[in-house]
Amino acid sequence: MSTRLATGGRLIDRSKQQSFTFNGKRLTGCAGDTLASALLANDQMLMGRSFKYHRPRGVVASGAEEPNALVGLGTGARFEPNQRATTTELFDGLSATSQNHWPSLEFDVGAVNTKLARFLPAGFYYKTFMWPRSFWKHVYEPVIRQSAGLGKAPDAETRDADTYEHFYAYVDHLVIGGGIAGLETAKRLGETGARVLLVEQTAHWGGRAPVDGGEVEGQPVTEYIAGLLAALNAMENVTLRSRTMGAGIYDHGYALAYERLSDHAPTTQGPRHRLWRIRAGQIVTATGAIERPLSFAGNDIPGVMLASAVRDYVENWAISPGDRTVIVTNNDDAYRTALVLKSHGLDVPAIIDARVLPTDSALMAEARAKGIAIHQGHAIDHVMGTKRVRGVAICSHAGEGGAVIEEIPCECVAMSGGWSPVVHLWSHCGGKLNWDQANAMFRPDLTRAPTGDKGQAFVTPAGAANGAMTLGDVLEDAVAAAERASGDTRTSDAPKAVVAVEAPLAPVWMMPQGASIKHRMKAWLDYQNDVKVSDVQLAAREGFESVEHAKRYTTLGMATDQGKLSNINGLAILSGALGAEIPQVGTTTFRPPYTPISMGAIAGEARAEIFQPIRKTPIHDWLDKNGAEWEPVGHWRRPYCIKQAGETTEQAVHREVKNTRENLGLLDASTLGKLIVKGKDAGKFLDMLYTNMMSTLKPGRCRYGLMCNENGFLMDDGVVARIDEDTFLCHTTSGGADHIHAHMEDWLQCEWWDWDVYVANVTEQYGQIAVVGPNARKVLEAIGGMDVSKEALTFMGWADGELAGIPVRVYRISFSGELSYEIAVKASYARELWDLLMSVGKQFNVMPYGTEALHIMRAEKGFIMIGDETDGTVIPQDLNLHWAISKKKEDFMGKRAHERADMAREDRWKLVGLETVDGSVLPDGAYAVGEGTNANGQRNVIGRVTSTYHSPTLGRGIAMGLVLHGPDRMGEVIRFAKTDGTTMIDAKIVDPVFYDKDGEMQNV
Amino acid sequence: MRSYSAFAVAREAARYHMGWERAWASPEPKKKYEVIIIGAGGHGLATAYYLGKNFGITNVAVIEKGWLGGGNTGRNTTIIRSNYLQDPSAAIYEKARSLYETMSQDLNYNVMFSPRGVMMLAQTQHEIRGYQRTAHANALQGVTTEWISPGRVKELVPIINLDGPRYPVLGALWQARAGTARHDAVAWGYARACSDMGMHVIQKCEVTGVRQEGGKVTGVTTTRGDIGCDKLGIVVAGHSGHVADMAGFRLPVESVALQALVSEPIKPCMDVVVMANTVHGYMSQSDKGEMVIGGGADGYNNYTQRGSFHHIEETVRALVETFPMISRLKMLRQWGGIVDMTGDRSPILSKTPLEGCFINCGWGTGGFKAIPGSGWGMAELMAKGQSPLTDAFSLDRFKEGRFIDESVAAGVAH
Repeated sequence: MSTRLATGGRLIDRSKQQSFTFNGKRLTGCAGDTLASALLANDQMLMGRSFKYHRPRGVVASGAEEPNALVGLGTGARFEPNQRATTTELFDGLSATSQNHWPSLEFDVGAVNTKLARFLPAGFYYKTFMWPRSFWKHVYEPVIRQSAGLGKAPDAETRDADTYEHFYAYVDHLVIGGGIAGLETAKRLGETGARVLLVEQTAHWGGRAPVDGGEVEGQPVTEYIAGLLAALNAMENVTLRSRTMGAGIYDHGYALAYERLSDHAPTTQGPRHRLWRIRAGQIVTATGAIERPLSFAGNDIPGVMLASAVRDYVENWAISPGDRTVIVTNNDDAYRTALVLKSHGLDVPAIIDARVLPTDSALMAEARAKGIAIHQGHAIDHVMGTKRVRGVAICSHAGEGGAVIEEIPCECVAMSGGWSPVVHLWSHCGGKLNWDQANAMFRPDLTRAPTGDKGQAFVTPAGAANGAMTLGDVLEDAVAAAERASGDTRTSDAPKAVVAVEAPLAPVWMMPQGASIKHRMKAWLDYQNDVKVSDVQLAAREGFESVEHAKRYTTLGMATDQGKLSNINGLAILSGALGAEIPQVGTTTFRPPYTPISMGAIAGEARAEIFQPIRKTPIHDWLDKNGAEWEPVGHWRRPYCIKQAGETTEQAVHREVKNTRENLGLLDASTLGKLIVKGKDAGKFLDMLYTNMMSTLKPGRCRYGLMCNENGFLMDDGVVARIDEDTFLCHTTSGGADHIHAHMEDWLQCEWWDWDVYVANVTEQYGQIAVVGPNARKVLEAIGGMDVSKEALTFMGWADGELAGIPVRVYRISFSGELSYEIAVKASYARELWDLLMSVGKQFNVMPYGTEALHIMRAEKGFIMIGDETDGTVIPQDLNLHWAISKKKEDFMGKRAHERADMAREDRWKLVGLETVDGSVLPDGAYAVGEGTNANGQRNVIGRVTSTYHSPTLGRGIAMGLVLHGPDRMGEVIRFAKTDGTTMIDAKIVDPVFYDKDGEMQNV
Repeated sequence: MRSYSAFAVAREAARYHMGWERAWASPEPKKKYEVIIIGAGGHGLATAYYLGKNFGITNVAVIEKGWLGGGNTGRNTTIIRSNYLQDPSAAIYEKARSLYETMSQDLNYNVMFSPRGVMMLAQTQHEIRGYQRTAHANALQGVTTEWISPGRVKELVPIINLDGPRYPVLGALWQARAGTARHDAVAWGYARACSDMGMHVIQKCEVTGVRQEGGKVTGVTTTRGDIGCDKLGIVVAGHSGHVADMAGFRLPVESVALQALVSEPIKPCMDVVVMANTVHGYMSQSDKGEMVIGGGADGYNNYTQRGSFHHIEETVRALVETFPMISRLKMLRQWGGIVDMTGDRSPILSKTPLEGCFINCGWGTGGFKAIPGSGWGMAELMAKGQSPLTDAFSLDRFKEGRFIDESVAAGVAH
């Protein structure tokens, strides 16, 4: 059984006992424990179930590479699935549940899959579940979905109780990884005076070095690390962050780091995670290396662990993984685990070393001296046990398995297949790798680094991440990395380390090397996704020869650990099966993030009310208090209508239309886009942008203009006012302000950069109120301050003046067909003016109106609406707006496009009015059907509805639409289909101007 | 070709699966083929497949620079739908969707087409009108869609937040027979079927030139030698511009990276596909349990298949608002695919200025769902010189201004 040793544990504080639960069972750990170490201390070897076969799973690693020990953490609004126990720091009150089993972790019905495993090899689902056809959706897929997945989904109805935030940092050097290499590099870089940010994913500095031991500059390595840390902390230009993982590296020195602020102490105030968004001149990846498992039968049984992880558990957390641990290895490093176990009084019955070496290396000799039996040239034939290791059967490594030489009882197997540098971050942005045959690992190719805008390398690896495997080499490379990053040449030598000389590793990808198919079917590569050696070989046999094919066919490396333990082993098996060299087969692509990061952290602060903050006009609050029914329009809200007590939406809209037509309506038009276009060439510029002539407009006058894109399609409309010789104010649609501004800048900056024109978006600088209806002039006269008479301010004119002392600019324009003034004021005056208009307007029956009334009134008048009558495929000619297209101008945006064959086509659909025969309202977007079907069997259509409303003014449905030969077919009845495609509505083609055809109302 | 079935799996299990044959052959290129398709992605393989199946043309090579299905076929978000607005789009996407329905049986390869339903949320009045228009158009195009209420949306997607403080859900356009499929399997299934018809799928063979004589195509130059052909189909998505350049013509196409990501797997919590165009994001849950999330396309031209971060942030923000529970899930992996975008965001399936040379490109962000329809139409175009499915998508539409613009209905996400 696994248990806590009586002494030791460099990271735990035995005086601080912490209580936690696992599957409801109350257990106790120590401060400084991870959840994994605390579970092991309580003999909880079984921690989860695998994805496909529901095999029992125990912890195999001690860090971010862990594929097995995943738990659901927390409860309710703080529940989180798929948390690695190895990177979860224990806290008092922690509550964890294991995953992917039913009814319980110990007795999982799904484990029947393990019995059927022979029938469920890689990719079996591509070959089966095809008949009967309907069964995929209704039977097979639901069953597969239920058994797949890992953790439970968080509750849908509770919002995440935690908050998140983003930090932005700009540094000269970002060093990722706070092991001894990262610390040494950061110190060297810090000494140059540059700004340095050093991040470390765990809560501790020093990485593996304190566990692996050794001496640097005559001091124990732990003291040397403490010295480095002290030096770094003393530098003002260096920032250190622990619990902060380098998550991804992107183009141009952009990097993400993921800081876990309160996962280890959930009662802390403040955000849970912080996403660092970093621009760095140079990035150093001191990300260490990950030990590889060995592929032997039963290597997935709980109790089989990485040799380095066993060492970590003993040294860091004083865990005995069992009284007897068998070591199996192809290298010297695992001997350190044997020695550590021995030094804590634990038994190591055997070291099974696949190598046959002529002489003992230093570590071997030390192990032998401690009385440990070393079986050279041997292998594990299979591991005995089901839910935990009972022992190992050993055989000759050269054989094919089955010829068991000896069975050795044990509780733990510590395996080591060598080390793989963590090259993920190096690779994210295009860093390339070389295969190092001697060490059997991929390491960064420094000549093919990720490059920046000038072709300069901006990422450099340091230490084990660069393939340096001994303490001395790591420190040497850390100093070299600092030089590569800073460009400074060496000022002092690398610190000297005392290290044992190790015998070379021998690559072992399968154990024993000729393992039979029965062995290979039980030798796991990817523990979480249940991919075995036999699966990868099957993929190769079936022609999935590309490493990407093999990955996708078998799901190797696609689990939550993204293949940190399995990729290289799987790749080696694949290349073996193909008879190819490992570098020829290549790796799959490394993608961010290094380990999964929370969606909450990605979203950051932008949640709920401040997810896309609402833009508010100066009158927003008044409208909100007085019954506005809001609708989102771009980033604004506009009132659909302003309801009075007891009214339905429809009643409110009809009242607003009626009152505006009969008395006086007020519209908050502040959202209307307002762009100042200024400069000597402003007129010339607007002549190019609008289809009509703007340069001839006189100061003091307004003109309605149309804007087309390069393809001739109508993109925006609005009233342009000429303020003075050099200045125009262009009104755009509410939704169009930003992109029309961008459109103008695009042309000014890219094409007409030598024109004297400047554009400023002043949309928010002004409030704008439309005063509309027969009483519009009366209310302005009652307020007083400027002459708004018919003679003084004619239709399509504007004037500056004052109303009750408020400086205003009044435009005499109308979008409703009524007498109308649009009054622009500085935003800070808008509310005052609104209140004034509301109070003085009382005697004239003033009422505010919303967007729906606005739309109805413009439709009654036959005015087009961008986004209704236009959809990016409509040209002004389709809307009978020929009058707004200049014939005199040599060029304007869209002019040449309008000459293209399809634009000049006679049979383009044209704008007409539509009246249903029965007076009902046509459905929005309905199509008019023609005769027969087209070559693809679709019903032929001859037109469509673009806007449709009930007109309270006319007491019937009115609509506008685009119809084939429409203007030539006045009075004809055509048929519109409902969404069932068969029910038809008859509508008569009429003039689109339904109300006040001669414009008598607006010209009073 | 030996047929796949549960019995075959059982039979092979008895001999430890040692008896499975290759899914597709790995032949040496011949000197000449009747038809060469450049690009062994879904569209290229489907073109070859329907050339054989519908027109009996099997002297075909599909040439691939990398590994088959390794471009956008293997890096999309697997959504299949046909609720398009414009007639030509609806025709080809609906043809594709209907072929997906029987693809597993037709190919004897389980592509896991799952008609789980796709909904497109309306979150503004403008979107309501747009989707109602699409619903009307679809009714006449033979595409079954319906407008559904917020209540029905919640029934179908219990994890959705209807009343987000910013953009409440006002309804949705729902296509019940739309859904997802296993993207890699589509390429693999077609490759296997093509190989079975005697066609050559040649991987790791890069085309370096297009050979022509008297204005007519005669073959291609490749890293594995010259290969002759009577007809050439260029089906290379993001690299269309390069290959067109070899053939001597230019395309109105730009290549940009489209961003996507998946979460860690969780137990089933969402059975349908949801697209939210106002806030720019869409999401479904794979059979493996991952939430598959699509984002926007980068705003700059690019050939690297790398993920960038700003779109991921925007998309995840939008989806955390739409599905608050995903806040406590984690992003497992993000990636990018190079999509070829035309001016009207609709594809090009067309003859080219070079006689005998045809092009299929410009699928932009929406190609996966079109694969079988695109292959069907492209095969007909190459075999007969004309196809009603592809007529409207010819290259000359950009000269004539005859655009097929779906932006009304599609917003950002296809």
